[in-house]
Amino acid sequence: MTKQRLVVVGNGMAPGRMLEHLFESNPDAYDVTIFNAEPRVNYNRLMLSPVLSGEKTYEDIITHDEDWYATNRVTLHKSARISEIDRTAKTVTSESGITAAYDKLVIATGSNPFIIPLPGKDLDGVLTYRDLDDVDKMLVAAENGGRAVVIGGGLLGLEAAAGLKMQGMDVTVLHLMPTLMERQLDPAAGYLLEAEFKRRGIDVRTKANSHEILDDGTGKVAGIKLDDGSVIDASIIVMAVGIRPSGDLAKIAGLDVNRGILVGDDMRTSDPDVFALGECVEHGGMCYGLVAPLYEMAKVIADNLLEGTAEYKGSVTATKLKVTGVDLYSAGDFAEADDREEIVLRDASSGVYKRLVLKDNKIIGAVLYGETSDGPWFFDMLKKGTDIAEMRETLIFGQAYQGGAPLDPTAAVAALPDDAEICGCNGICKGTIVNAITSKGLTGLDGVRAHTKASASCGTCTGLVEQLLASTLGDAYNPAAVQPMCGCTELGHGDVRRLIKAKELKTIPEVMQQLEWTTSQGCAKCRPALNYYLVSDWPDEYADDYQSRFINERVHANIQKDGTYSVVPRMWGGMTSSKELRAIADVVDKFDIPAVKCTGGQRIDMLGIKKEDLPAVWADLGKAGFVSGQAYAKGLRTVKTCVGTDWCRFGTQDSTGLGIKLEKFMWGSWTPAKLKLAVSGCPRNCAEATCKDIGIICVDSGYEIHFAGAAGLDIKGTEVLGTVRTEEDALVYVVALSQMYREQGYYLERIYKWAKRIGLDEIRRQIMDDAEKRNAYFDRFVFSQKFAQVDPWSERVSGKDKHEFNPLATLPQEAAE
Amino acid sequence: MNVIAMQDWAAVGSITDIPRQGARCVKMGEMTVAIFRTADDHVHALEDKCPHRSGPLSQGIVHDGCVTCPLHNWVISLETGEAQGADEGRVRQFPVKLEGDTVLLGLR
Ligand code: SRM
Ligand SMILES: Cc1cc2nc3c(=O)[nH]c(=O)nc-3n(C[C@H](O)[C@H](O)[C@H](O)COP(=O)(O)OP(=O)(O)OC[C@H]3O[C@@H](n4cnc5c(N)ncnc54)[C@H](O)[C@@H]3O)c2cc1C
Ligand code: SF4
Ligand code: FES
Repeated sequence: MTKQRLVVVGNGMAPGRMLEHLFESNPDAYDVTIFNAEPRVNYNRLMLSPVLSGEKTYEDIITHDEDWYATNRVTLHKSARISEIDRTAKTVTSESGITAAYDKLVIATGSNPFIIPLPGKDLDGVLTYRDLDDVDKMLVAAENGGRAVVIGGGLLGLEAAAGLKMQGMDVTVLHLMPTLMERQLDPAAGYLLEAEFKRRGIDVRTKANSHEILDDGTGKVAGIKLDDGSVIDASIIVMAVGIRPSGDLAKIAGLDVNRGILVGDDMRTSDPDVFALGECVEHGGMCYGLVAPLYEMAKVIADNLLEGTAEYKGSVTATKLKVTGVDLYSAGDFAEADDREEIVLRDASSGVYKRLVLKDNKIIGAVLYGETSDGPWFFDMLKKGTDIAEMRETLIFGQAYQGGAPLDPTAAVAALPDDAEICGCNGICKGTIVNAITSKGLTGLDGVRAHTKASASCGTCTGLVEQLLASTLGDAYNPAAVQPMCGCTELGHGDVRRLIKAKELKTIPEVMQQLEWTTSQGCAKCRPALNYYLVSDWPDEYADDYQSRFINERVHANIQKDGTYSVVPRMWGGMTSSKELRAIADVVDKFDIPAVKCTGGQRIDMLGIKKEDLPAVWADLGKAGFVSGQAYAKGLRTVKTCVGTDWCRFGTQDSTGLGIKLEKFMWGSWTPAKLKLAVSGCPRNCAEATCKDIGIICVDSGYEIHFAGAAGLDIKGTEVLGTVRTEEDALVYVVALSQMYREQGYYLERIYKWAKRIGLDEIRRQIMDDAEKRNAYFDRFVFSQKFAQVDPWSERVSGKDKHEFNPLATLPQEAAE
Repeated sequence: MNVIAMQDWAAVGSITDIPRQGARCVKMGEMTVAIFRTADDHVHALEDKCPHRSGPLSQGIVHDGCVTCPLHNWVISLETGEAQGADEGRVRQFPVKLEGDTVLLGLR
């Protein structure tokens, strides 16, 4: 029997999923040919925003690579847009002239971004946001900087805005309605979201009606004019105002098309041999723009292609916004009406807002902002129509509070019923995941993704899946198994840190013994890391292992390429005096120091000093009051400041003074990687605080604390931790944050990487909201400083480690010959 | 036992002057020799000059019979003077031995 021919028009997410189901059930039923207008294989469109923001690459988001097509013997025509369907001859033909015959046809053309018919809409620089080419165009534009105007404050517009901002552009969002994402959020949550975007420096304008896109005279975008007459200069305009199901091809072929291509419950169009799938479909009066319903359709078609009888009955959808650091979840219907009640929880200090809309004791709508872990639980009850009368009082506090004592997150997930949905995109229930873990012997996230698809689409349920792994496998689940610390052990940094505490390991040999190191003495990678973990965890008991430190931290100077050293004394907050400068000048002359330089950290570097001279150099500097600047340390480096209220006409607070206080408080502390601070006296930010590990921007009302910036190998603006009123608070919060990082960071992991791993909200919760935690961190920092805050230079001037600085012996020249 | 080649030995100090898993230098005119002491009290002597770009090996971290150069992390065997892994190069070695606590450096 000859195989049937299946032709698919469009190679998006929905048909990709359909083919997986089809091949799983019967790999030999069809010869498959796919036509795709895009010049590439199938990728995860949901992940375009992380590619735009730089958090992922195109390679990371490919769903089916070339191998997949080869293995499944699928013919993929790339860059081949179908322009004609001949239903009598049963063929399709592409613009480029390729014709293919079908027995069954699936139309999966997705949708087209809607373009507002404004004057100037065709100018160079007017973009949409739909596929990888759009992302590439935005990235090219971002390289030239300038301002991007995003029209549309919905899911796509906001993701685009956040991504462009992360790429360094100035961004304005124009939104026609009074609040953002009004289709998914109620006004209260919309305002919170708007405030968060503004806090990130994104200019948001609601009730903004665009009038005309302006030409720079060469056919390129120069800006946009609004109905109120105002003009915003811009180098690109991104239109993200909605999508239109793409049904023209089907319409020309004579199929029934309304807003989308009309299908019945069996997903057939008005021609029984032609199916339609995905965003181009209209079913039961609905067109969908999220993947979960499309995946359900995909399953139904796969079954019907194999003579099955599956039916699609429509879907309820839930939305999450994928902007790093913004937690937002919405589902169902939340409009106000007489027959409805609502439960609202607000926590202003932590920016949490939760609202449930009830009707007849059932949840019909949910909006969560700031804290969304209960989203799937509410959504589950919403879909099932669960009667909530019994738990009404505590419902809003979430699942963890039901049944008395709060559960920890893993226990809460363990307590979910088997049919609770974990992955909304793919409709995967808890039972399916647990079953796959046990029956397939899965041990990690990758395995679960491969076997169930859970967490493989938008990724927001990853935490839940990890908790399921933990609750199913117990101690056997080892999430850090991914990346061992070095060749001497199987354990990752996280495990090692945890075990050092749990087993109270207090020396390097003890760690290596107890944790079964495979080398006798470790290596140059793990020894400095272990040394740091032990210093940080047992500040009073552990004796620093000198031989496990990199040379710079051993001799307290920076080794240079010719084996000489450089010396950088502290200049607190960048302030100095004639006396200090004179002492430096004298030292430079006395020791014949070849180079003196102002560093990027607001202080002075003396370069090219012979190792033997170091103690004498330090002795002279010490007499003038200098201590080591620790320019070599995985520890506190510099605290940059600006002149602040002392001198500047814009200064709002004493930024110099606060910087000096911070540096004097924190110097000497060891941290996982270097730690650099800055304090700026006003938002003009002359101390560049918004690219530091921790930065403070002084404002009239107090101190805005920032963290997790980067300006070295990576460039990244800071995140806001929160705002405090007094200088004392600023110091306490910064110190507490540093201690949290000291206790949790992996060796050489800068604060921005640590924050990404831990989650910004978790850090904000512990430092801003939880006074007890904050104070405990602060106290532990202060305790550890008792042992750390010793000037290493004066120690060595008084004789410590003398052997480091002198040769063991000097033999006469002839001996060498 | 017959000693074939004539060897001059110079006492350069006591092993207790060198930290375990560390090194100290002996200057001989223009040249510097690094004397390493391992965790189990063996001594090795290498010219203090990395085959890569002349980094001072004496300043590196000593581990498992090797030293990692402080400048760009080449790993050099203390036994053979040879660069490990993918890197290629060899450091000049010197005979060295202990008599009691005294470190004797072999000179030709
Ligand atoms: C001296 C100085 C350059 C200058 O002449 O201005 C400098 C010099 C070195 N930097 Fe730097 N950095 C200096 C400011 C910076 C800055 C600017 C700042 O602090 O505001 C940055 C970007 C911000 C940052 O920290 O990310 C910077 C990012 C780096 C990086 C990239 C770190 C990263 O995680 O991305 C390295 C490499 C590393 O640490 O692995 C590095 C490493 C180095 C080393 C230690 C390279 C090395 O391993 O030998 C250089 C030592 C030279 C020496 O012996 O003195 N240096 N370095 C600056 C000393 C500041 C001070 O007063 O302490
Ligand atoms: C930036 C972004 C973020 C998103 N985030 C989420 C999210 O978090 N959660 C969520 O659920 N959904 C999200 N979505 C929506 C989701 O991506 C879509 O619902 C889904 O991709 C639609 O799948 P589809 O297969 O119907 O169409 P598509 O994936 O759009 O695929 C259609 C394909 O068909 C091709 N095509 C069109 N016409 C022709 C033709 N005539 N001939 C040949 N090929 C043709 C197109 O080039 C395209 O490659 C997001 C979308 C975008 C753009
Ligand atoms: S940028 Fe930093 S690491 Fe690079 S050469 Fe200059 S001082 Fe050295
Ligand atoms: S000089 Fe030793 S590794 Fe480069």
